[in-house]
Amino acid sequence: MALSRRDFLKLSGGAAVVGAVAADVPGAEAKAVTKDPRTKGAKETTTICPYCSVGCGIVVHTKDGKVINTEGDPEHPISEGTLCSKGASLYQVVNNPKRLTKPMYRAAGAAEWKEVEWDWALDEIAKKVKDTRDRTFKVMSKSKVKEKQPDGTEKEVEKEFVVNRTDGIAHVGSAALDNEECYILQKWLRSLGLVYIEHQARI
Amino acid sequence: MTNHWIDLKNADVILVMGSNPAENHPISMKWMMRAREKGAKLIVVDPRFTRTAAKADLYAPLRSGTDIAFLGGMIKYIIDNNLYFREYVANYTNASFLVNPEYKGPGELEGVFSGYDAKARKYDKKTWSYQMEESGVPKRDMTLKDPRCVFQLMRKHYSRYNLDKVSDITGTPKEKLAEVYKTYGSTGKPNRVGTECYAMGWTQHTVGTQNIRAMSIIQLLLGNIGMAGGGINAMRGESNVQGSTDFGLLFHILPGYVPVPSATLADLKAYNEKFTPKTKEPRSVNWWGNRPKYITSYLKAIYGNAATADNDYGYAWLPKIDEGMNASWLMLFDQMYKGKFEGFFAWGQNPACSGSNAGKVRKGLAKLKWMVNVNLFDNETGSFWRGPGVNPKDIQTEVFMLPCCSSVEKEGSISNSGRWVQWRTAAVPPIAGSKPDGEIINELHYRVKKLYQTKGGKFPAPITNLTWNYGRKDKDGKIHEISTHLIAKEVNGYYLDDIVDAKVTPPKQLGKKGELCTNFVTLQADGKTSCGNWIYSGSYTQKDGKEINMMARRKKADPTGLGMFPEWAWAWPVNRRIIYNRASVNPEGRPWDPKRAVIKWNPDKLDPVTNKVVPGWDGDVPDGPAPPMATEKTGKLPFIMMASGVGGLFGPGLADGPFPEHYEALECPLQENLMSKTKINPAVKIFTDKDSGAAEDVFFSCDMRYPYVATTYRVSEHWQTGVMTRHVPWLAEAVPQLFVEMSMELAKEKGISNGDKVIVKSGRGEVLAKAVVTKRFKPFKVGGSTIHQVGLPYHFGWQFPEDGSGGDSANLLTPTIGDANTMIPETKAFMVNVQKA
Repeated sequence: MALSRRDFLKLSGGAAVVGAVAADVPGAEAKAVTKDPRTKGAKETTTICPYCSVGCGIVVHTKDGKVINTEGDPEHPISEGTLCSKGASLYQVVNNPKRLTKPMYRAAGAAEWKEVEWDWALDEIAKKVKDTRDRTFKVMSKSKVKEKQPDGTEKEVEKEFVVNRTDGIAHVGSAALDNEECYILQKWLRSLGLVYIEHQARI
Repeated sequence: MTNHWIDLKNADVILVMGSNPAENHPISMKWMMRAREKGAKLIVVDPRFTRTAAKADLYAPLRSGTDIAFLGGMIKYIIDNNLYFREYVANYTNASFLVNPEYKGPGELEGVFSGYDAKARKYDKKTWSYQMEESGVPKRDMTLKDPRCVFQLMRKHYSRYNLDKVSDITGTPKEKLAEVYKTYGSTGKPNRVGTECYAMGWTQHTVGTQNIRAMSIIQLLLGNIGMAGGGINAMRGESNVQGSTDFGLLFHILPGYVPVPSATLADLKAYNEKFTPKTKEPRSVNWWGNRPKYITSYLKAIYGNAATADNDYGYAWLPKIDEGMNASWLMLFDQMYKGKFEGFFAWGQNPACSGSNAGKVRKGLAKLKWMVNVNLFDNETGSFWRGPGVNPKDIQTEVFMLPCCSSVEKEGSISNSGRWVQWRTAAVPPIAGSKPDGEIINELHYRVKKLYQTKGGKFPAPITNLTWNYGRKDKDGKIHEISTHLIAKEVNGYYLDDIVDAKVTPPKQLGKKGELCTNFVTLQADGKTSCGNWIYSGSYTQKDGKEINMMARRKKADPTGLGMFPEWAWAWPVNRRIIYNRASVNPEGRPWDPKRAVIKWNPDKLDPVTNKVVPGWDGDVPDGPAPPMATEKTGKLPFIMMASGVGGLFGPGLADGPFPEHYEALECPLQENLMSKTKINPAVKIFTDKDSGAAEDVFFSCDMRYPYVATTYRVSEHWQTGVMTRHVPWLAEAVPQLFVEMSMELAKEKGISNGDKVIVKSGRGEVLAKAVVTKRFKPFKVGGSTIHQVGLPYHFGWQFPEDGSGGDSANLLTPTIGDANTMIPETKAFMVNVQKA
């Protein structure tokens, strides 16, 4: 179903936007549904909404390698075809003229972004990661521990321990990644020795 | 969530407090309305009459930051009126445990618990312990009458939370309090069940963890944990924030809630010694007793053949935090402000708007040498060097902005709040020059590793030994397209050798070398299994030689009629849809409520293969296969993740007290805490401008310059800092800019009309906003005075719309202060002023 802008505004707000089931759509909106031939012959795949954590089902229609429509998945047991205002407008995220299409670089003190090639950007980042890591890597670090004294009492003392980490790099993100991406991300960051690893769950 | 979204339909009473599902989780509201259609009551407690409140049977206002006072009053009401579920409380909680005679509560110690060290702002928890039998288990009084038993100490603790006191603190009218308590308290009967739904309205407080603890106490008292239509349910804010937490993208945990190692734990043995809980209670399953299996299998997954028994499975290669070190969000940005970091990754996150005290965050970014920002769109973080009041010439930070693709341009799984792990398929390849996040990680790993291989460097072992078997490698060892399925399989785990149970006769083969693990039950601590995240073991498995991606399942059978849909996707752990479901049956294994049976013990259960009777459980995947608790010798207690085996009314593990106690927010409108002489949570870390040097690290309580309570919130048209939704034309048109919502009364006092431009100001910063004057906020009567509250969404930022018409982030107003346990910032209660622009 392709909602017009006007229909969308009518249905939006606090209420859920009624999705693919034409019979659920009252009056005027029903016309918009029956008139719409856009998804005819399109390939259908399923996805899960990228916004909140309810996990609603979305059907994605593609034609000639382009996303032409997204709508509620009527087979999905949680959402049963319905979507909220954000989920219902997902295709506008996919097809969005403001999306970044090339890596960008901003030099120290520069006033502008500069478009750069992927290879260059990735190589530069790798060099910086290595350079910072090598210079800031800590094999040992001090921790306070309680130590038993000869008289039986405990005393707090500072001692050195092996930590094998870098405190020169920090990372935040990301609840926007797939599980498999989160897994290799934490694995990679920890292989570098980062401990300042945080993300949306903390805020 | 202990339960899951559809399960909301099974409730008799739904308490929405600390969340606003109609606007922030709109589709979940459908399941609440299904419950209502069957006669359930919906209660909403919120400072603002939200759209969820508009659908409620009962609405009670409360001042932001006073939830513990409200819930403490409910605990008192439930006990005083004998509404608790006695059999459940006596058998399934620690109500009967006798506490150390030295323990004292805040009623006796002017607002703190015994063991407080005011200088260190920390507790010595020695007295928060139990009296022990010689056998090593806690002494118990099953009559619950002993004055030192948990139940009596709890009664005494909350005896101070009477209706007058609670109403005075919360601003909730007394009759509303009583009505909520009575309605929710009605679910203490075996055939009645209540559920609670919270979100950031509970977590973003200096007492966030204790807000949730208070509700957990109520749910245990009423016997609502483990039940269909019950539980305590966090409505999480991002599509995969559950998964990213499960996978350990946090300083303190590795995947599967396995603690990160600290410096003094020199080897795996010391690590296991510290983090493997022990119990002398014979009926406790003590599931965390399996911890050594999970850490070893994780090390085998990430280091592969390089991890051997001789090198402690590569334990030394994991970075270690210092003893007691906290590297969480607020600390991270405090360190950044102090210039401690050279490099920074902001991956799919916009801290320049989402971080509490965003002004301090933005200044911190300027101290970096380099930053990598991965996102769909430019944003306030990546472009901080050209933000308001910043001269790019002064900023020496090099910034790389890498375009990732959207969720429909790649495949993989995400986990919803109900722990359902659902698979997404790629509809189209990445658009234009964007790449999936996974490919960007793959590229960076390859390039960094290559540098260490060719040029050497510090401690290369963890980098060069890291397993990366995610696709075909070219002659340089580079993978040009990674396979998400191969990663998912590494997460699930493999048998690296034949696994045989030698304890049974004849010995039974549990796993075959080279195959995918069935689930975490067969994981080993001796290096014979690998598993990237034990709680996801079973998500990608194999049967009769055929591999099955359980997360991609789409079958819609609902055998119990409770909406568990066990063949739709997969839920962690082991496809269990309701956690702690052993508490939904009585000690003999019969459901407390036969009409809503989650599981039940079936002594006549037939094995479908052999057709022989093998007693077992019917229904959901039970919390372990052991027979019900009352079964002689083999029966087990229901709360399998607790070493004690029972639910904790008394919670000695937390930093700020074994019972939740009311404290005021860091910034509040009152001179003193009306409950005690201790004003704010005595165990929170205080950040000051003297320490950090940041002018933004200040706070103002009871200060005439900032007289109004403020809270942040969200609207249904936008998401988080709005990086995605501000770019969606339909959504941006519906809610185009920052606004501040206030009562008719406050607007009149300040001469503000609906639609006026106003300045909202705190001690940290100010924002320009449109005034939205509504009846949804009403002034509160607190401690005899009138207190106003305002609210602002935090979806906006200066960078887009490019003309600045959206305004800026509400987090420019919020303080650097966090919860005593989690350090989640307190952005739901702070003080501001509002004036006409």
